[in-house]
Amino acid sequence: MPEKQYGPVTVAVDGEGFLTDFSQWTREVAAAVAKEEGIAELTPTHWKVIEFMQKEFKENGQVPSIRKLNKSGVISTKELYDLFPGGPAKKAAKIAGMKKPEGCV
Amino acid sequence: MKRLIILGAGTGGTIMANLLRRRLSRADWAITVVDRDNEHYYQPGFLFIPFGFYAKKDIVKPRSKFLPRGVEFIVAEVDRINPAANEVVFQDGSALAYDYLIVATGAEIEPSETPGMLDGWRDTIFDFYTPDGASALAAKLKAFPGGRLVIHVNETPIKCPVAPLEFAFFCDWCLRRHHRRENIDLIYVTPLDGAFTKPVASKALGALLDEKRVQMVTDFNAERIDASARKIIGYDGREVPYDLLVTVPTNMGSEMIERSGMGDEFRFLPTDPNTLRSKKYENVFAIGDATDVPTSKAGSVAHFQAEILAENVVRAIEGRPLEPAFDGHSNCFVESGRGRAILIDFNYDVEPLPGRFPFPVVGPMSLLKPSRINHWGKLAFRWIYWHILLPGRPIPFVPARMKMAGKKRPAGAGAMPGSTK
Repeated sequence: MPEKQYGPVTVAVDGEGFLTDFSQWTREVAAAVAKEEGIAELTPTHWKVIEFMQKEFKENGQVPSIRKLNKSGVISTKELYDLFPGGPAKKAAKIAGMKKPEGCV
Repeated sequence: MKRLIILGAGTGGTIMANLLRRRLSRADWAITVVDRDNEHYYQPGFLFIPFGFYAKKDIVKPRSKFLPRGVEFIVAEVDRINPAANEVVFQDGSALAYDYLIVATGAEIEPSETPGMLDGWRDTIFDFYTPDGASALAAKLKAFPGGRLVIHVNETPIKCPVAPLEFAFFCDWCLRRHHRRENIDLIYVTPLDGAFTKPVASKALGALLDEKRVQMVTDFNAERIDASARKIIGYDGREVPYDLLVTVPTNMGSEMIERSGMGDEFRFLPTDPNTLRSKKYENVFAIGDATDVPTSKAGSVAHFQAEILAENVVRAIEGRPLEPAFDGHSNCFVESGRGRAILIDFNYDVEPLPGRFPFPVVGPMSLLKPSRINHWGKLAFRWIYWHILLPGRPIPFVPARMKMAGKKRPAGAGAMPGSTK
């Protein structure tokens, strides 16, 4: 299992850099992963999304869909793309310390 | 007399009616099956219609024909389930009480979820997930002079996630045979980061797209469609122009689930992934596409779930603990064109891997590799569907739970079951 060093913290990651153990996640890790993903600073709106996703993940064991974020009134899909340019579901999940979203199988 | 109601007489509902009629005593249990019509479509056949291999009439039979004796079949539109009162309410206002309920209402396409999609509907934008859509597309493809043919997956999850890939492979094959391929560009647009969700299969299927000169546009999430300018516009600002758009619109559960207040954001019923019982109601179970369990939405899944669900319904009735036996097993033939098909076999923890199926070494089928015998398997499956699958008979050598025997994990792919999730 590959590992990655973020400042003083070492975390286990999968081949694409997603944390494999959610308990190793810290806010500092989040900030460092965000930088790697091209997000210089995590704003309060970023945190609102991250915290909602983590709450859902703890409750259901699944990364919530973009549709769920939109529908639960956390953030509109358009804003989500502005916050996490490229692939918001994947990027936000990575920063939030969760596994890669399953999408469908 | 107690009553079990099954909502939906598609693949899952029909198998459950057959399995449970055998297991529940007729003296004690009435079984009522409800559907909105009496037309059972063999859904894997939709893919073949746009290319003229099948017509609508080749893949439809009456639902009632596949339900066993001793089961009441009602054709009516259900307004909602009232789980607090244990009753199903019909649109005419009448209600039917149940002791146990099985939700088998499937998934359907919702083009209205994407702004602009309906503007070009069946003019330059087509689906092949409905019998009418597939038939309309057959006429359109025949007359299509050339240009950009874009195959588009709007949002996951979708029914039969390999179907749009098969559509691309078929397009390439049929256009070549008719010497029209040079005039038509094929473009595959997906919200995923590759051809499939799981790495080993994604690589194999992606290579096949490449080989067939199908251009891929990945990580693309459509914000809207401008039908008059004929382009899909992504949330990230990217635009994909098309001359003919073959789309798989957002798939959602039945609107009835939403009216009942029982669905998630996709109108799927939150369901325990291993026991198939509703997460909220002890006497409600679900099967097939209607559930939110994280495996493929496919007939094979409903078939594998059925045996386990029948056991669990009986256990619940008898007050025994449920068996958490469903492993997410899915098995699909993927038509790759030129009279060949790929077979994939996987579950919640093990991604599709190369190998032989159902027996190691001798096969006779190959996993994750195009072969003629897989294609014949797919064609034979229409007969198996009506005569073995729907009556709830076991398919020889293919048990409900996935087997690792015969599968080979390529070097470099995650070695532990579960690490591929």
